Amino acid sequence: MPTFTVNGESRQFDGDGDMPLLWYLRDELGLTGSKFGCGAGVCGACTAHLDGEAIRTCVTPVSAAEGKKVVTIEGLDANGDHPVQKAWRELSVPQCGFCQCGQIMQAAALLTRNQAPSDDEITAEMSGNICRCGCYERIHSAVRLAAGGV
Amino acid sequence: MLHYLEKDLKSSTVAPRTVIENVSRRGFLGGALTASGFVLAISTVPASAREALKTYPHGGQGMPHGVVHDPKIFIAITDKGDVTIVTHRSEMGTGIRTSLPLVVADEMEADWKRVKLEQAPGDEPKYGNQDTDGSRSMRHFIQPMRQCGAAMRQMLEQAAAAQWKCDLADVKAELHEVVNTKTGKKLGYGELAKAAMALPVPAVETIKVKKESEFRYMRKGEAKIYDLHDITTGKAIYGADIRLPGMKYAVMARPPVVGGKIKSVKSDATKKVPGVEAVFEFAGPDAPPYKFATVGGVAVVANSTYAALKGREALEVEWDHGANAVYDTDTYTKAMYETAKKPGKVIRNQGDVDKAFAEAKDTFVGEYHQAHMAQAPMEPLVAVARIVDGKVEVWAPVQSPYGARKDIAEALKVPIENVTVHVTLLGGGFGRKSKWDWMLEAVRISEKLNGAPVKLQWSREDDIQHSFYHTTSVERIEMALDDKGKVTGWRHCTVAPSIVSTFAPDSGHQFNIEYGMGFVDMPFEIPNIRCENGEAKAHARIGWFRSVSNLPRAFAVQSAVAELAHKLGRDPKDMLLELLGSDRIIDPKASGFPEDFWNYGEPYPEFPINVARLKGVVNLAADKAGWGKKLPKGEGMGIAVHRAFASYVASVVHVKIDADGTIRVPEVTSAIDCGFYVNPERIRSQMEGAAVMGMSAAAYSAITFKGGAVEQSNYADFQVATMANFPKKVNVVIADPKPENHAGGVGEPGVPPFAPAFANAIFVASGQRLRSMPTGDKLKV
Ligand code: FES
Ligand code: FES
Repeated sequence: MPTFTVNGESRQFDGDGDMPLLWYLRDELGLTGSKFGCGAGVCGACTAHLDGEAIRTCVTPVSAAEGKKVVTIEGLDANGDHPVQKAWRELSVPQCGFCQCGQIMQAAALLTRNQAPSDDEITAEMSGNICRCGCYERIHSAVRLAAGGV
Repeated sequence: MLHYLEKDLKSSTVAPRTVIENVSRRGFLGGALTASGFVLAISTVPASAREALKTYPHGGQGMPHGVVHDPKIFIAITDKGDVTIVTHRSEMGTGIRTSLPLVVADEMEADWKRVKLEQAPGDEPKYGNQDTDGSRSMRHFIQPMRQCGAAMRQMLEQAAAAQWKCDLADVKAELHEVVNTKTGKKLGYGELAKAAMALPVPAVETIKVKKESEFRYMRKGEAKIYDLHDITTGKAIYGADIRLPGMKYAVMARPPVVGGKIKSVKSDATKKVPGVEAVFEFAGPDAPPYKFATVGGVAVVANSTYAALKGREALEVEWDHGANAVYDTDTYTKAMYETAKKPGKVIRNQGDVDKAFAEAKDTFVGEYHQAHMAQAPMEPLVAVARIVDGKVEVWAPVQSPYGARKDIAEALKVPIENVTVHVTLLGGGFGRKSKWDWMLEAVRISEKLNGAPVKLQWSREDDIQHSFYHTTSVERIEMALDDKGKVTGWRHCTVAPSIVSTFAPDSGHQFNIEYGMGFVDMPFEIPNIRCENGEAKAHARIGWFRSVSNLPRAFAVQSAVAELAHKLGRDPKDMLLELLGSDRIIDPKASGFPEDFWNYGEPYPEFPINVARLKGVVNLAADKAGWGKKLPKGEGMGIAVHRAFASYVASVVHVKIDADGTIRVPEVTSAIDCGFYVNPERIRSQMEGAAVMGMSAAAYSAITFKGGAVEQSNYADFQVATMANFPKKVNVVIADPKPENHAGGVGEPGVPPFAPAFANAIFVASGQRLRSMPTGDKLKV
């Protein structure tokens, strides 16, 4: 039975370990900040952190979380004031907003790993997160802005 | 869109304006709603700062249920002074949920920090038209919302004057309180709320709105979108985020070919999947037109989305594909090119085109193609439905909640009062979510479950394969030239399966709405013009996609201009300005427009085609972009201009070709003249997004059919622009509005100029002329 933590709380899962983490988070825990956009690992809307790394929860089985720390957008910062979140608001990044939790989680993971990413590094890191509304320019700028404060 | 269609098909008449009854006060929304704070200086408003509301006719008045401006419908004030403003249009990323209430707050002198928003359910008799589509929200509701806010302010002032027993001229509303200018006494909005709300709403002739110099929020662009904090913290509620106690989860397997039917279903393996609770079969409609009907198929109901999806995978369904199995993109495209060469049905005829070509010294021919596309909004379709005691309740990210409500009532044979449609935030729409087929699926499944709450989730594959597709088209443009290189004749033949086929027996021809989008309204000052339509029958559900037929038309017309410029050795911008000709308002009759010319549903005299505005944005964009400056080898700029949804947009796209042939877009400069505007910051974000979606359409996105079925299935093969290659920097210029230019659309008009400006730039950078969208993002080197 996989045991792990979600946003700091310990959890045990006794269902089908093949179930993508996304559905566990959304349907069972009610953590709906991680979004279902493609179900195939190609859009990034479902991005959360597994031991600090950005993962696509739609293609990550719950069993893969065994012994690890899962952090979703809801747990990124208690007050929603992670530097990435603040930068997103400062630059009014979102349009519809649907992709943005995934974008923020991706950017937050990048900045933990690399506090001063180059423009190309930002592009490379973020290019797996689709924004159909087309907020890429602001997303890029917001990652750059947040890099100052991580 | 739908409304115009229905009108055109004469299957409905415009509903008379509904009399608005006085409604009881609503309570506040529960939950923690964020107000975005910003500091504004308090200014004393001189009496001269108001002016009489100038009303003008607009298309909103002719929409079903028209417009409503009653402050008692849209505004609630508690005795503590907290203000709630109802926002009745759907939010899918344009910012309209914020921008319209901001107008109300500004006119009523409310403090935006103390305003909460309440999303209206689908109820058009009460709120006016809610069909959030066609870039209409500002165009149709700016005036009613200004009137609504100003009326509320006047009622608050009246209530204060009555309480102080003073002259109305001595009181004035200012940032959430009314001040007595003689005594300096103040009454807060909370203290006045009850008395103000009891007053009759002032008549329209007595309404005074603010002068622009007094705008507090309008035109400032300082207000953040209302949901910003929730969006960035995962708290914002979209369709799939609705959770009801005891809710089931459902997915459906649908016929791969539209019009297909179930032959046989084996569901034993499905029923063995842990968590799967039920499997239902649904018949699709018998014959076209399908409208927004469900296409039928097999529903799998489970206790989690995962189980439902797994159950669907285990299904074995045999389909009878039906008549549309013949649909093959390659064959069909070839046929469209051939059709476009032949004479078509004449839609616009000005002068004598045959004579112009007979006397021509030279001619030009350009053929331009676009593939089908799916809207593919980031949030796949989803709806939650339940039926309790004959009362149906649905939650969905829907662009047209009242249209959906009407159809749901009809489908379930219940009175419309027994249906409630709640509107969540929309994770993008782009036209897909103004068709409510999926909501009908959800209520049908709930019905089978005896009304139990159920969430119907579409997968991305469902979305890509069961859309109402942007049409595919060939636009052929021919020009006759005299010995001085002047264009004397213009023939444009459009060939594309029509949206109308989704709603009426398919004649193979388009209709006035499609003709009105950059085809018959082509603005060039050419003496002889003929616009023709060749036959193309639909084999898929054709719908509308952000900007609709404007996309292929702008691509064709504006590419042709640059091609002609090259042929004549002219500068493309100069060529464009020359073809646009003199500053004038185009006279549709004298220009041979059809009798039923469609002007985005707007009365022509109020929203005419103004060539000076087209030229104005061309010059704004070109100047800002530094048009004509020398660029390194392998780089180039292209320009295009287009009028759509009563707004004017010109874009200059700067392209850079990498050594390996990859096409990059380092910069786009777009100028928009949308007349009166409210929220410049959101206009900028819409224009940025339009460039990205423009690039998706121009370079990446194609839906193709084989054997009648869509060949693509997810973002891996239905491609859209990503951060790996997108317009890196979008400069936006917003034209200063002239008082006579009413608010035009913003959500859609930014997209059409991108593709032609992109193709024109690629030509300059590489010498390669691309005439088929999507072009791909790599040139042959
Ligand atoms: S939903 Fe997981 S990557 Fe798209
Ligand atoms: S903001 Fe709409 S998909 Fe990114």
